[in-house]
Amino acid sequence: MSTGRAGAEAPIRVRITIEGIVQGVGFRPHVHSLARRLGLSGWVGNDGRGVFIEAEGVPDDIERFQEDLRRCAPPLAAVHRMTAIAIPACGDRGFHIAVSREGTGRTALISPDVATCDDCLAELFDPADRRYRHPFVNCTNCGPRFTIARDVPYDRPATTMAAFAMCEDCEREYRDPADRRFHAQPVCCPACGPTLRLLGSRDGRRAGDDGDPVTGAVRLLRSGAVLAVKGLGGYHLAVDAADEDAARTLRARKHREEKPFAVMVPDLDAARALCELDTEAERLLTGPRRPIVLLPRRPGAAVAASVAPGDRRLGLMLPYTPVHHLLAAEFARPYVLTSGNLSDEPIAYRDADAFTRLAGIADAFLTHDRPIHVRADDSVIAVGAGRAFPMRRSRGYAPEPLRLSPPARRPVLACGAELKSTFCLARGEHAFVSHHIGDLENYETLRSFTEGIEHFRRLFDVTPRLVAHDLHPEYLSTKYARELTDVDLVGVQHHHAHIASCLADNEEAGPVIGVAYDGLGYGPDGTIWGGELLVADLVGFDRAGRLAPVPMPGGTAAIRQPWRMAAAHLDAAYGGTLPEGLAVRTRHGTRWDAVLAVAGSGVNSPPTSSAGRLFDAVASILGLRDTVAYEGQAAIVLEQRADPAEKAAYPARLLDDGTLVTIQVGDLIRAVAEDARRGEDPAAVSARFHNGFAVATAAACVRIREATGVGTAALSGGVFQNRLLLGGLVGALRFHGFRVLTHRRVPPNDGGVSLGQAAVAAARDTRGVA
Amino acid sequence: LAHGAGGKATHTLIEAVFLESFRNPLLEALEDGAVADGLAFTTDSFVVTPLFFPGGDIGDLAVNGTVNDLAMCGARPRYLSAGFILEEGFPIADLRRITASMAEAARIAGVQIVTGDTKVVQRGKADGCYINTAGVGTLDRPVRLSATAARPGDVVIVSGPIGEHGITIMLARGELDIEADLSSDTAPLNALTDLLLSACADERVRCLRDATRGGVATIVNEIAESSQVAVVLDEDAIPVRPVVRGACELLGIDPLYVACEGRMVVVVAAEAAGAALDALRSHPLGAGAAVIGRINDDPPGLVLLRTSFGGTRIVDLLVGDPLPRIC
Ligand SMILES: [Fe+3]
Ligand SMILES: [Mg+2]
Ligand SMILES: [Zn+2]
Ligand SMILES: [Zn+2]
Repeated sequence: MSTGRAGAEAPIRVRITIEGIVQGVGFRPHVHSLARRLGLSGWVGNDGRGVFIEAEGVPDDIERFQEDLRRCAPPLAAVHRMTAIAIPACGDRGFHIAVSREGTGRTALISPDVATCDDCLAELFDPADRRYRHPFVNCTNCGPRFTIARDVPYDRPATTMAAFAMCEDCEREYRDPADRRFHAQPVCCPACGPTLRLLGSRDGRRAGDDGDPVTGAVRLLRSGAVLAVKGLGGYHLAVDAADEDAARTLRARKHREEKPFAVMVPDLDAARALCELDTEAERLLTGPRRPIVLLPRRPGAAVAASVAPGDRRLGLMLPYTPVHHLLAAEFARPYVLTSGNLSDEPIAYRDADAFTRLAGIADAFLTHDRPIHVRADDSVIAVGAGRAFPMRRSRGYAPEPLRLSPPARRPVLACGAELKSTFCLARGEHAFVSHHIGDLENYETLRSFTEGIEHFRRLFDVTPRLVAHDLHPEYLSTKYARELTDVDLVGVQHHHAHIASCLADNEEAGPVIGVAYDGLGYGPDGTIWGGELLVADLVGFDRAGRLAPVPMPGGTAAIRQPWRMAAAHLDAAYGGTLPEGLAVRTRHGTRWDAVLAVAGSGVNSPPTSSAGRLFDAVASILGLRDTVAYEGQAAIVLEQRADPAEKAAYPARLLDDGTLVTIQVGDLIRAVAEDARRGEDPAAVSARFHNGFAVATAAACVRIREATGVGTAALSGGVFQNRLLLGGLVGALRFHGFRVLTHRRVPPNDGGVSLGQAAVAAARDTRGVA
Repeated sequence: LAHGAGGKATHTLIEAVFLESFRNPLLEALEDGAVADGLAFTTDSFVVTPLFFPGGDIGDLAVNGTVNDLAMCGARPRYLSAGFILEEGFPIADLRRITASMAEAARIAGVQIVTGDTKVVQRGKADGCYINTAGVGTLDRPVRLSATAARPGDVVIVSGPIGEHGITIMLARGELDIEADLSSDTAPLNALTDLLLSACADERVRCLRDATRGGVATIVNEIAESSQVAVVLDEDAIPVRPVVRGACELLGIDPLYVACEGRMVVVVAAEAAGAALDALRSHPLGAGAAVIGRINDDPPGLVLLRTSFGGTRIVDLLVGDPLPRIC
């Protein structure tokens, strides 16, 4: 903004404040080098609230400097706000980095954990480097963060690296503003860092010879052994992904019968050999967050059958710690890397606990003495058709905040749901959605829920005044909320929270026609909801549509046994008189009538409009799954089985009583049953069902738009992890002229519910209706 | 309606209404009965549909229920009162059947029904027949039984297979179309408690509770909460007859939450567990007694279930009727 070019201009001085994820990510060296390049004088420093700069130079250069700051930041930084004010010039010389100021607020944000960067990787495999094969190499651009942070400000003594005193060489790098390791808190080297060890699970002593633990571990993998590997956020279990016997052994010992295992591949080429990759998939696989990416499997991919039975996809990830890189380089083949736990328990992350719980599963432990402070599972992202959304948002993403609009007037704690649980702390415009916590009915998980909330309160210096919770009286998260004192409680209906989470994910406020399709949630009418069309904004909702309800015979038993839902849906669709020759009926003999009697008696058989249970019923009618080994399995198998080339759609009518549009799912059920009876290919039937359900849903949305004038649709709920349905419904809604919001940053499943609850609580508080 | 299910809603009702109005130290203990001056005193009202079911009827249920509440205080049940609320037109034959089984139950339990009352209400104002019984027992031996007395290291015993009464009632309503060889477990437990307390002297028997409404899960939650200890149950050790397990599976109900009318939960010091078990098993009503868990110090107030897989599930007090929680 310089006016005229009349001679040399007088220098000006500005004070710049930068807030966001700017601590422990190399922000000060970055500012330092930008300033030096422009020949500016001044200094850069930071404290608990952010980065502070004073810079002096001619106006053009100062302008350039601010532009540079805005345009490029260190890879791990996320700038949320940058402000600049003019102050008097003082004519100082040189640009320097000021020592940290302590104890002035704690709003600086701790970054998520970051995969090993290219520079560190080069050192790891450079025999001339002093960190050659050092399993803990890291720098300001990479390494552990969230999982080792015990407190703020993020400084070495507040991390689990506190016990490791830096050697002179590391100290020099740590103090040098020009070095990549300047103020990298976990910096270390073979002389001063943690030690990697390979221990036998029987005696906890060193396994095999005294050679390199990685070499020993690779030898074990090659021999078909199960290896426990300590990662960033917990222990994994590894076996050779091509070894069917090893994969089966792992399943048997883990008591995990069918749920797919993730696979770590050494590099992108190895990933391409197993799965179809598009550019988005490649970006995610190689990016700094390193989630598990769910990808379409190539036919004949060299992976043992037991790795992901019945699924056409494969969850792949690339190495993200130096230990992974060393393992992958030496093993040079894909290996299963699944959570270190038994069945549905939370992943083990404390060493002693891991040795107790995993001793019966793993043959050996590749472990080390840098403690993990917070358990964080791998994140899982689904991609395809140009859309990516998380199924689980955890390591690499948490605790990065999402923006809340309207901001929280008072600090909010949102307690989330029950399964796949997360919680969310919100302060001002920041919503900190926790790492994946898990299923709360498990005691270990409930403990990480309560401890996690305490940890987040400390890290982000938030004392919640508003506590949002689900309406389900039996959710342990609801009970937790109701026992808190000195807070205002905000009950948020489950499906409203889903839709609000989709709104918050997209930084919108509504109103929208929210399509909330999931397994189930507590409805305010005491029935079980799960196939809802809500006209909603962040403050409230009206139930404008739903799926025709049927009883859930035996409650939870109907979730574990999808054939019960088949019985309930068929009974409703045919008014009690089933056509002859239905295989699903024959398969269950007298149990069929007994289950219908349970439904008829009303004992433990609440009516439900659940979409997830509808998919379960169809999967069972088609003979794909009568029972499930893990949550959502029948619906997943149904989707995986569908023929995407089949474009026909079963019709379903709408029943509109003027206040509520009911989708007559009985029409779909009869169409499925008739085709199943005729022996049609289940792949075609499944596709026609998916297509028909999408078309009927879109038609219901059109009907609701006519009544309300709302032209934006938001899709949320666990059923929208189904890509075939998601794609079909987005297409159908766009065809009808809708603007469509879907999830991008938080999962459509219950992992996103806490964000939605926080958004609703904040909006109600702002509006004065909390 | 959830206020009668024996879960958290009942607790809230009791604490908010009754305790508030009647507050006194004896009531505040919220045990099965009140104990003072060498006497135990308790009362209970009985409402059940159907009135007659395999293994019993509302009559023996009403006698055994009050006998058991006295027995759980460590008392010897002596005298009972019986109050009837009858719907106009209730068949006399049915009433005779009920009083006959009450007399028989009183005879078996060794108590006398010494006073009573009858009211008839208009048709539709009551569901056939309601019975209230109150009872007095004498404390013949020094005991300090209390839900607050469980200590870490103690052992949790159940006196027999669970859930038979609740499932029998559900099946007897006739809507389920299930034929099952099953009858209610309704029975007086005073003979059993007498054997138990004779075998284990001092205060080694910490607590006795009959597992009625809300089942064993609710009882052990009350103990965990009152004693501020953890109750850790072993899933594989909990005795459930196959026919009950089958019906529970069909109904999607956890047997831990199903009512019994002749089973009790016993908390004893670890060193007395063997003697307690022997004493219980020496009586036909305790033949199926089993150790089902242990008391830990952590986490206080919670009940945990070690599952067959080695996982640890929370067995919580239900707020209302059980509803699925899975999304
Ligand atoms: Fe949900
Ligand atoms: Mg009683
Ligand atoms: Zn690095
Ligand atoms: Zn060093």
